[in-house]
Amino acid sequence: MKKLLIALMTTTAAVSLAASAEAADKLKACWVYTGPIGDFGYSYQHDQGRLEVEKALGDKVETAYLENVSEGPDADRAFERLAREGCKIIFGTSFGFMDPEVKVAKKFPKVMFEHATGYKTGDNLGIYNARFYEGRYVLGQIAAKESKAGVAGYIVSFPIPEVVMGINSFMLGAQSINPNFKAKIVWVNSWFDPGKEADAAKALFDQGADIVVQHTDSTAALQVAEERKLHGFGQSSDMIKFAPNAQLTSLTDEWGPYYISRVQAALDGTWKPDNVWLGIKDGAVKLAPFTNMPDDVKAMAEATEKKIAGGWNPFTGPVAKQDGTPWLKDGEVADDGTLLGMNFYVKGVDDKLPQ
Amino acid sequence: MDITINILLTIATAATPLLIAAIGELVVERSGVLNLGVEGMMIMGAVGGFGASYLTGSPWIGLLAAIAMGAVFSLLFAVMTLSLATNQVATGLSLTLLGLGLSGMMGTSFVGQPGERLPNLDIPGLTSIPVVGRLLFGQDPIFYISIALTAAVMWFLFKTRTGLTLRSIGDSHTSAHALGIQVIRYRYLAVIFGGACAGLAGGHLSLVYTPQWVENMTAGRGWIALALVVFASWRPWRVLAGAYIFGAVWIGQLHAQAFGIPVPSQFLSSLPYLATVVVLVLISRNKRLTMMNTPASLGQPFVPDR
Repeated sequence: MKKLLIALMTTTAAVSLAASAEAADKLKACWVYTGPIGDFGYSYQHDQGRLEVEKALGDKVETAYLENVSEGPDADRAFERLAREGCKIIFGTSFGFMDPEVKVAKKFPKVMFEHATGYKTGDNLGIYNARFYEGRYVLGQIAAKESKAGVAGYIVSFPIPEVVMGINSFMLGAQSINPNFKAKIVWVNSWFDPGKEADAAKALFDQGADIVVQHTDSTAALQVAEERKLHGFGQSSDMIKFAPNAQLTSLTDEWGPYYISRVQAALDGTWKPDNVWLGIKDGAVKLAPFTNMPDDVKAMAEATEKKIAGGWNPFTGPVAKQDGTPWLKDGEVADDGTLLGMNFYVKGVDDKLPQ
Repeated sequence: MDITINILLTIATAATPLLIAAIGELVVERSGVLNLGVEGMMIMGAVGGFGASYLTGSPWIGLLAAIAMGAVFSLLFAVMTLSLATNQVATGLSLTLLGLGLSGMMGTSFVGQPGERLPNLDIPGLTSIPVVGRLLFGQDPIFYISIALTAAVMWFLFKTRTGLTLRSIGDSHTSAHALGIQVIRYRYLAVIFGGACAGLAGGHLSLVYTPQWVENMTAGRGWIALALVVFASWRPWRVLAGAYIFGAVWIGQLHAQAFGIPVPSQFLSSLPYLATVVVLVLISRNKRLTMMNTPASLGQPFVPDR
């Protein structure tokens, strides 16, 4: 079924690419998304970045994209097709595209590849990521201040380092305000299933959580919070319209500036594979306006955001692992390598990490 | 007590779209047609329902639009497979692909727009009865439709003459044709009914379950509905049981996780599928009865020779 979908999509993309192949002096920049661009979440934000590239670089570039490409081996074909059809720079925007991209990048040494949220690089494969965990620390502090029950519900997709890092950062933020703060964690094993995300939110609220955090892509959980007159945080894009009384803030991604700089570098011939990890200070991670909270909480959140923008890392010791063994000494800062491969919880997380 | 009621209500919400889509498909398959386009018709219903509700401001109009959208979209399948005798499996699959793509295109301007939820039933005096009030008199209107629909289909298929005729077509379209029954006409109506049901199920998603439009929001529910029909061996009450077992385990596993039960979440996520298959296989284990219930000419194209 999925294979059929991919085949169909790659064919349509091929047609649209072929149609514009005459404009040979233009640089072709292409994107591969794991979700639909209409998800109003993660893939949507990446596509907004693509549109910004089109706007900023005008007729020097042309862009194309493939959406709904499933992670894993099926993605090989998507990347290969784009490379064959003349894309000069290709952005793969999901963790699961890592191995397919490594493989295809080797086959097409003249094409520039970029992969988001992964850790494998190559001669023509750069990686980029956003430090979402910085924002999640702020969410944790707000949650601890705003939750009456002292319990947050946390809806997560897959146990990959990116997600684990987010849970840990959230908990460290919450514990900095309330050392006894708890988070109930539900894995929905999907990036995108609005119905299931809504069901998970209902289950978490029914079990006593009064704030919901998500590392999934739809607005469904926030809508449940709105219905129950409780609170939650948006994800990827500002979701305030869906939950005007429930959204405290939203952790949003701004990929546009990065994409523009990379495509520009490709145009100038200065592109080199790189490893960049952008955070709040680069404007790649943004928090939507703080709403539905008292002024002192808002002031605290803004202060923390500023502190992080100033270079402070939420993963600064002392931090212990879940079982109590020390991880970071007092004042020690976690290195990026450890964070990118994070497969353990910090102390206070009430869940067993699926392996 | 409150949490039990909340859980039961959540289960009903999760089971309703599966039940409606599966009941519709059951009628289609009983007439001998295999329409694998449920997912596509469902998503078209979802986008049509949301769109109409968004543009007119009335979720009730949305509800009607969802039904109409599913029915019209299924007509495409009917023309292809019944009048032009194309392969049903291939046509159904392409209906799903077309629906997923087309709905995404139609819904571009609805992305990021909050929708209005279809209001829950609220009968003064009855809904406020403790415990049973909210369960019996406080749910969304589509829930009541789904139950009534199941009962109506049971009655229609097994208690009416037209239902008997429909089943006979599903068992042997050539014999039915020889008896002077208008096979193609019956099948057209069955397919359109199935489309309307799938559309309604999609409307439930975009008007009740999660009042919003996002691409792919059916997330495979059409396929689950299809599987339910087969595992329920084409009996309406078993479809009802299957949908609710699936919903119960689906919600139950989320609660188990939130509660902190130390079972791998991947296993818990697969549990609804496993449990439903096991239960339905157990209740359908009488081989003779299952054979009897299986529409014998399912999926075979029918071309009247004169």
